[in-house]
Amino acid sequence: MRAEPAVWTTGAVVLGGLPFLLSLFQVVQLTVFMAFCLLALSLDLIWGVAGILSFGQAAFFGVGGYAYGVVGINSGSTTLGLAGAVASAAVLAALLGYFTFYGRVGAMYFAVITLTVTLILHQVMGSTAGPRYAIGAARLGGYNGMTNIPSLALELPGRTPSVLEPVPLFYVVGGLLLVVLGLGRALVRSSFGRVLRAIREDEGRTELLGYDVRWRKLLTFVISGGIAGLAGGLFAGWGNFINPQVFSLSQSALVVIWVMVGGRGTLYGAIAGALVVQWLTNYLGAASVTYTSVLLGVALVVIVLIFPGGLVPAVGRGLGWLVERPRRALAVLP
Amino acid sequence: MLEARGLVKEFGGLRAVAGMDFTLRRGELRCLIGPNGAGKSTFFKLLAAVLKPTAGTIRFKGLDLPRLQPHEVARAGIGIKFQVPRVYEQLSVADNLWLAANFRHGRAAGAAVERALAEIRLGERRDARVAHLSHGDRQWVEIGMVLAAEPELILLDEPTAGMTHAEARRTADLVREINRRATVVVVEHDMDFVRQLAATVTVLHRGAVLAEGSMDEIRDNATVRDIYLGKRPHARG
Repeated sequence: MRAEPAVWTTGAVVLGGLPFLLSLFQVVQLTVFMAFCLLALSLDLIWGVAGILSFGQAAFFGVGGYAYGVVGINSGSTTLGLAGAVASAAVLAALLGYFTFYGRVGAMYFAVITLTVTLILHQVMGSTAGPRYAIGAARLGGYNGMTNIPSLALELPGRTPSVLEPVPLFYVVGGLLLVVLGLGRALVRSSFGRVLRAIREDEGRTELLGYDVRWRKLLTFVISGGIAGLAGGLFAGWGNFINPQVFSLSQSALVVIWVMVGGRGTLYGAIAGALVVQWLTNYLGAASVTYTSVLLGVALVVIVLIFPGGLVPAVGRGLGWLVERPRRALAVLP
Repeated sequence: MLEARGLVKEFGGLRAVAGMDFTLRRGELRCLIGPNGAGKSTFFKLLAAVLKPTAGTIRFKGLDLPRLQPHEVARAGIGIKFQVPRVYEQLSVADNLWLAANFRHGRAAGAAVERALAEIRLGERRDARVAHLSHGDRQWVEIGMVLAAEPELILLDEPTAGMTHAEARRTADLVREINRRATVVVVEHDMDFVRQLAATVTVLHRGAVLAEGSMDEIRDNATVRDIYLGKRPHARG
């Protein structure tokens, strides 16, 4: 953990330099991948750190996306849109979390409930096709989705808002990712984070040590939901579009896969997992392989079998081994 | 300090605790003994508020114990050590103790951790994961957690299970030492250990209190001999 400042500097430098090395298309691609990284990070916070598997991150992502659209279209301000995305997803998480955590619903049921809520949203948003289904000027659009969502714009007081070009947008999303990652890491390393890890290990024991686990789980879930909502808002602003597909079963599972591949509990793993899986999906798609999803599935199974703890912990152990080995070799010398 | 009246706990048709009365004064050191199935573990879990009684009352410092949430039981000042060590396997020894110390000591938790580490003599292994410790050391970690939390009432369920004879002796010394600061209830199988503690002994049988007194009084009690020791020495010949 002492190496963290180095990781941070490297991350910021790489992020700053990438637009100069990549094509515009790649920059645009990477921008949306970073929104996905935020979504993966949100799951890792509640699942990897606190040990509560939520299949509902896609729901918060989708609600965030729709909220950004509705607020953005009606108010004309994309900053307000993003705030609305975070707030609406956090409120949904608060409601869901309050009834499940204070009702002492078991972990398995919690996973099922969150998935069910996501699938219900899929149905509900799918049946909003007519012009009747509109919030202000924003038409929900049923399965065709909501269109004309405004692009993220730079809104400074006293100036006319200017839509962010791809490269500045890349920096904004990347910057947000770094900020959220930094705050998330601070949370994980705080005493609050230590208690969360204890809840992950043995919830009942933690209660008997005097910790009210209910509000701690609720707060973590609300933060996690808010981050997923932010990711959804960025996604909608990036593509000017959102449809109920974000609430689908495959989207819900994909978030879990990202975190599983990258490794749980560090937040770095979630980001690496989202990047690797999305890059692999794109690469296989671009190579116009016939059975993209079959190959992707095989690749994921192989990764999870070889590195059951995920990629990032495995790389960490590998580095540790490389550092330790010469030291040990030297130690046996006379 | 603690008073249980007419305590009953049923599991389906089984009456594990059948109308028990139990009183504990502040500063006391009490041993609970009894044959297997006497209701020791169930009674222990009722005191720890892990189980809710079917009937009867338990009052701790005037609080209605069964109505409290698990974390409120700890905050009221009750610390528990389970029969099978319930420790955080994937966390370090120091982190385990810190978790126990944090809610009572807040920012001073670090100092409480150091004191507990010294008392359980695991200072050198403070950063070791608990999963890598021996069974006996895990028992010590959990005892250390109880120490770090500094509760007023300490419940110990078979603290010497899995310990060597020497370790059990050390535990007896430690329990007597802890008793200077807190009220202690020990559930124990090991009679040598109970004798070393020199505590008041409560004998449970079929979910009720059979006898109460010093170890010598209990030993001389004919009914206890009949039932608890399962033999009738006076009936021989």
